[in-house]
Amino acid sequence: MRKIALENIDMLFSAISDKMSLFLPVDQNDGKAAYTKWEEGKKWSCALNTVKSPKDFFFPQTEDMMEFKVDGKNIEVIDTRKASEDFVVFGVRACDVRAFDILDRVFLTDPCDSYYATKREHGIIVSLACTRPSETCFCTAFGIDPSNPKADVSAWKTEKELYMQSNTEKGEKLLKVLADVTDEADEEKVNEQKEQISSIMKRLPLAGLDTSEFGGGKTDEFFHSPAWDELSETCLGCGTCTFVCPTCQCYDIKDFNTGKGIIRYRCWDSCMYSEFTRMAHGNNRNSQKERFRQRFMHKLVYYPENNEGIFGCVGCGRCLSRCPISMNIVKVMKALGGKENE
Amino acid sequence: MQKITTEQLIEKAAELMNEGKVASVLGWEKGEFGYDVTPGIFGSVDELKAKFVYGDFSAANLSKYLVKKTEMVQGQALVFLKTERKILIFLKPCDSYSFNQLLTEHRFDREKVYAVGVQCDGMVDIEKVKKIAGDGLLSVDTSGNDVVVKTLYNGDMKIAKADVLAERCVNCKSKKHVAYDELLGETGEVIDSNRFDEVERIEKMTPDERFAFWQNELSKCIRCNACRDACPACTCEKCVFDNPKSGVENKSPANSFEEKLFHIIRAYHVAGRCTDCGECSRVCPQNIPLHLLNRKFIKDINEFYGDYQAGAEVGSRAPLVDYTVNDVEPGEVFDRGDENA
Amino acid sequence: MQMKEYKPLIVAFCCNWCSYAGADLAGNNRLNYPAEVKIIRVPCSCRVNPMFILRAFQRGADGVIICGCHPGDCHYTSGNYYTRRRMATLFSMLDYLGIEKERTRVEWVSAAEGAKFAATMNDFVKTVASLGENKRLEDLRCKR
Repeated sequence: MRKIALENIDMLFSAISDKMSLFLPVDQNDGKAAYTKWEEGKKWSCALNTVKSPKDFFFPQTEDMMEFKVDGKNIEVIDTRKASEDFVVFGVRACDVRAFDILDRVFLTDPCDSYYATKREHGIIVSLACTRPSETCFCTAFGIDPSNPKADVSAWKTEKELYMQSNTEKGEKLLKVLADVTDEADEEKVNEQKEQISSIMKRLPLAGLDTSEFGGGKTDEFFHSPAWDELSETCLGCGTCTFVCPTCQCYDIKDFNTGKGIIRYRCWDSCMYSEFTRMAHGNNRNSQKERFRQRFMHKLVYYPENNEGIFGCVGCGRCLSRCPISMNIVKVMKALGGKENE
Repeated sequence: MQKITTEQLIEKAAELMNEGKVASVLGWEKGEFGYDVTPGIFGSVDELKAKFVYGDFSAANLSKYLVKKTEMVQGQALVFLKTERKILIFLKPCDSYSFNQLLTEHRFDREKVYAVGVQCDGMVDIEKVKKIAGDGLLSVDTSGNDVVVKTLYNGDMKIAKADVLAERCVNCKSKKHVAYDELLGETGEVIDSNRFDEVERIEKMTPDERFAFWQNELSKCIRCNACRDACPACTCEKCVFDNPKSGVENKSPANSFEEKLFHIIRAYHVAGRCTDCGECSRVCPQNIPLHLLNRKFIKDINEFYGDYQAGAEVGSRAPLVDYTVNDVEPGEVFDRGDENA
Repeated sequence: MQMKEYKPLIVAFCCNWCSYAGADLAGNNRLNYPAEVKIIRVPCSCRVNPMFILRAFQRGADGVIICGCHPGDCHYTSGNYYTRRRMATLFSMLDYLGIEKERTRVEWVSAAEGAKFAATMNDFVKTVASLGENKRLEDLRCKR
């Protein structure tokens, strides 16, 4: 385990950014944190988390896939993929780290998505243990330990120091690069913090959220539940929940006519939209209720069914704080019958 | 705190339900943490008693739901036809403007609605509370002129409500209910607010500064469409941005042009019809001050064509579908703007 | 590398009844106006949706001008009155967003005003040329 004093944290950042791009949460002018490329003078945010999740680094909101140039009867297909360079995403919380695992299971299984895979290969993730989880946090419900995040390098921020522990080959390499600016450390402080965090987690209002009622094979049980009508009744059908979600992975592939050729790009799509997966026969899900149900069934039933029981939600709480009508997965789980452990 | 309490509203709704006047109630539903109130439709008195809430976080403007809820083809409407029973809606003053505007545009059936105006003493912006109290709110309550917060990390706190009032309430344009069948509490007056101050501040910047300001704000957009979907004036059955045949349907803010296109067209499409209810800014997950676009149109329209408040009366003609022969020329408006600067 | 002289691309929406005929007259009278002006004929100036203007900028226009009948002379009685209100508010908004106000203009040109048409276009092209390329409402994808 390595450590560095927080007052010297900029030394750490500049040591990383000398070698590769470094992205970390920085407070924006509205006081909200967003991942920003680090350069001299940028201050690492103390916020619990960013509004947008870090899935953007591997699965960007929009991404060019290829270009076509048309000249008479010839169509030239241009591969726009660029060789990706190594980069570091710093300060990713445990929930978002788990989200990468969920995305990997979608994009890296056969047929492997090469756009995603290249970026994943080159990205080094430095996670950060949570010290002050919020009332909207419920990652523990999905078996995530916020005091012990995974990823290439795990980090803990104590009052005066930052501790780092590598978990993978990539992480080890990064810590080697940083050997000059960091010191060897023992685990005492980190263990102390871990205990502290787990006692806080128990006091959170959503600590008792129970997921045992959900999982693979429960489609019949929940699909026709009368609760969906009431839950979805006031849903606006916007895409906020989907776009702030670290695990939502649906996308659309579209063509943009530039006047001189075509750019084929992919962009995030939302199952909440009326245009989602529209085909020649129309839309498979015509009502907002069906679309609403799809999103939550996917997270709580369909995804675990195909992925050894792993849920498609990580409990980051983004949809809880950002939904325009404050409807969210916790309310859905409770309404569908997920009881709270007392 | 609101002068009108949850209990008073439940009592009123229960009374109307028991009399058989209304079949369902459009209101606000309690959440998990006290501040995450959801718009809800209540079908029984028991449901009302269990879930209904009216307080400093009942910010959502419910008027738009009437479009869907009074539609003839829906199953629910058949019930109305048979029983003649109505849907009850609670209207805060700013909601009542949206209500009128929707009526002006014939977007819902007034016959099927029973509107109860509710006195509003301003809504609290939870973001502002969190800025002061920090993360980990265990409970949020209001008493008198204070917001009482229990937090995990900063202990208990008392914050003056005035400090955490939502922007649109700080610059409240009117406490007057412009539409209701019945009123709970008092109705106020139209207020001579400072709502255009921020617009003026931006107008006084140089074009470069203005461009930088908006570029920074709009680049945060994630195109979730929440501003459009929450807007009571945005009720097109098929939005041009959802229509694959329109040529501008784009699910993503692919670049800065598309961000601007979306926000200019969104604001322009409601220009003259926007009641300035502020829902767009309230729901924006990225905190983009979208109301400043709408207010610019309102301010311009007031200056060019005379004061106009959308929704103030049913049936008024929106300024952009009207004209006089002596209107200002497009080239002259900038000179006028400079005079005012 | 040889520097190419910068020539702005101008889109002119011209109403069928007055301004388009005005352009015709300018041509018949051999009056010069720059070839960078691309005319799009519309049935009435009020056919111009704000989206048309933004899309013109997206596709590479450096300036957009809308020409219609003089107020009171609209072939459809009142079309250009609506244009006047719409464009006044739209242009004011573009200015508010920091987009150069000189890039947009509305001009009333009748069928008899061939000279005015040519003069207007010459002046507008000159104004836009002095501003340079449209950077603030450009779509980089269209410039690849």
